[in-house]
Amino acid sequence: MDAYLIPAVDGVAYGLLLAIAAAGLTVAFGAGGVLNLAHGTLIAAGGYVAAATSSGTWPSLAAAVALAAGVGAAGGGVLAAATAALQGRGHLDQALLTFGVALVGADLLTAAYGSDTLRPRLPEVLEATVRIAGHRYPVDRLAVLGVAVAVVAAGYVVLHRTRAGRLIRATVDDRAMVAGIGVNPRLVDAAVLVAAGALAGLAGALTTPILGVGPHTADTALLLSLIIVVCGGLGSVPGALTAALAVGVVQTVGVTSFPALAPYLLIGAMAVVLLARRTSLPAGASA
Amino acid sequence: MSGPQHHISATVVRALARRAQPWSAFGLAAAVVGAVAVSPDPYLHATAARMLPLAVLTVSVAVVTGHAGLPTLGQVAPYAAGAYATARLALAGTDLALLHLLAAAGAGAVTAGALGALLVRYRATVFLMLSLAVAELTAITAAQWRTVSGGTDGLAGIPAPRLLPGLPPLTADRTVLLYTAAVAIAATAAAITLLDGDRRTLLAAVRANEARASASGHQVTAYLWTAHTGAGALAGIGGALLIHTHRWITPADVGFTTAALALLAVVIGGATSLPGAAAATVAVLAVRDVVGASLPGHAPLLLGALFVTAVYLLPGGLTALSARLASLPIHRRRPTLHTPEGPDQPVTRSTP
Repeated sequence: MDAYLIPAVDGVAYGLLLAIAAAGLTVAFGAGGVLNLAHGTLIAAGGYVAAATSSGTWPSLAAAVALAAGVGAAGGGVLAAATAALQGRGHLDQALLTFGVALVGADLLTAAYGSDTLRPRLPEVLEATVRIAGHRYPVDRLAVLGVAVAVVAAGYVVLHRTRAGRLIRATVDDRAMVAGIGVNPRLVDAAVLVAAGALAGLAGALTTPILGVGPHTADTALLLSLIIVVCGGLGSVPGALTAALAVGVVQTVGVTSFPALAPYLLIGAMAVVLLARRTSLPAGASA
Repeated sequence: MSGPQHHISATVVRALARRAQPWSAFGLAAAVVGAVAVSPDPYLHATAARMLPLAVLTVSVAVVTGHAGLPTLGQVAPYAAGAYATARLALAGTDLALLHLLAAAGAGAVTAGALGALLVRYRATVFLMLSLAVAELTAITAAQWRTVSGGTDGLAGIPAPRLLPGLPPLTADRTVLLYTAAVAIAATAAAITLLDGDRRTLLAAVRANEARASASGHQVTAYLWTAHTGAGALAGIGGALLIHTHRWITPADVGFTTAALALLAVVIGGATSLPGAAAATVAVLAVRDVVGASLPGHAPLLLGALFVTAVYLLPGGLTALSARLASLPIHRRRPTLHTPEGPDQPVTRSTP
């Protein structure tokens, strides 16, 4: 029982983290058409900053999470400025630009933090394990699960109950109408990129205690986020959440059950979703 | 001659120039290869030969990205299929170069055909995103499928190929360079010939207005799939050349960096110009190897910076740059067309 239950809970926790990371990516694509291929680099940057800042005390842990989100937001701001200069040149040029930024960012991160996998030092309480209903489970994962649930809930409230969130959803649906009510859609695009960056940094910080952060983090995170965005339907946050949970469970249960096949399980699942729902990616999503 | 006629003849001249350009590019390529081969430095021969497999891969990426209009990072999959097919054949004792090339082209076409069946339904950035997944998966597969690829250690000591049974194997640096250049140029020429005439026009129509091409009764998806599969065969040949020039392979050779480099070269070279893409590959590799020598271990940094610069400074690539420069004088003269005494002035511009 433990062999499947523990990975399944891990999978839900991982899925929620991926949802936090992918939500920003999908909204940025849906609203401004920016396919941010540097998203994985922002996640890795958040992870590195958090791992370097957290030194085993509660204040340092709080600082680590805040700094990671801040670094992500700053990265998002840089990307917003860089892609804004390419307005009118088509989505492809923006994607290629962020791709170049991702290559540069990955190299700078490796130069700054080395090529080893880093893990943050957490307060001792979090390093222990607890027994819940007869199953042993690490406290840090429970904490991450709790924080992830809180962030997803807060994200839902912001997106559906605040004016800013409504503007973002309106920009995804109809840019011209948003411009018509006196809001510059490009401002929304930039704000979305900054917010997406902050969420990416946060996701990176929350993932490091479980998976660590290393040179492959950016690629893996980007690949998983892209799969989630494609499977969830571009621009759809609920779709991304569903897809992220599925990806998280497939990744963790798949890795423990069929280690060699795990990457193919995921790509295979994506292929099935794409073939089954051919209409979910409208022609309007093209450049 | 009046204004519109001038415009038409200028278009014709430019079209002729575009038609003549690939073949003059081959003359130039042959001259450069000849000059390198004449030099006495074997290191130069080996360095030049090792750039060419990637140049063939880039030409294949240019076919998919520029002509089919589907920006791709996924052509490393047929490239890897061709490379590992060649390596396995050579290690099994089959050393005829022609057999290697045919097997690699076949393996590349089958791989690209299978992937294309899923991928060509999508367009633009979505296609790019999916091809990124293909590129990642290629490296993962190459690392995991140990019986074929030798795992992350790769395959080393692959025997050199022979041109004909009984001839000595291709090991001398100069011979390898001449052989590789001949195959690379022939493959590029074949691609240009296959993409000429009606096929070029049809793909251009699909790129420009897919709905209209489809409404006119064209099998858009079938055209794109065919182009994608043909490009796969080309990438497979590039993979065979990778084995023939390096004689070892690791999963990193068919990984994400290779895919990125090929796409970058296409962006710089101008997406629809196949010789431009090949030339840009050589330029990018030269910059990476020359400048990279002073920054060891920072090839991705350099590559990324080149990417950002290319996107900002070269919209449409190098070939578009030359077209923009060429069109500048015409633009400057154009106002004279509208002056009362103007009509006969620009005539000199429009005659070839």
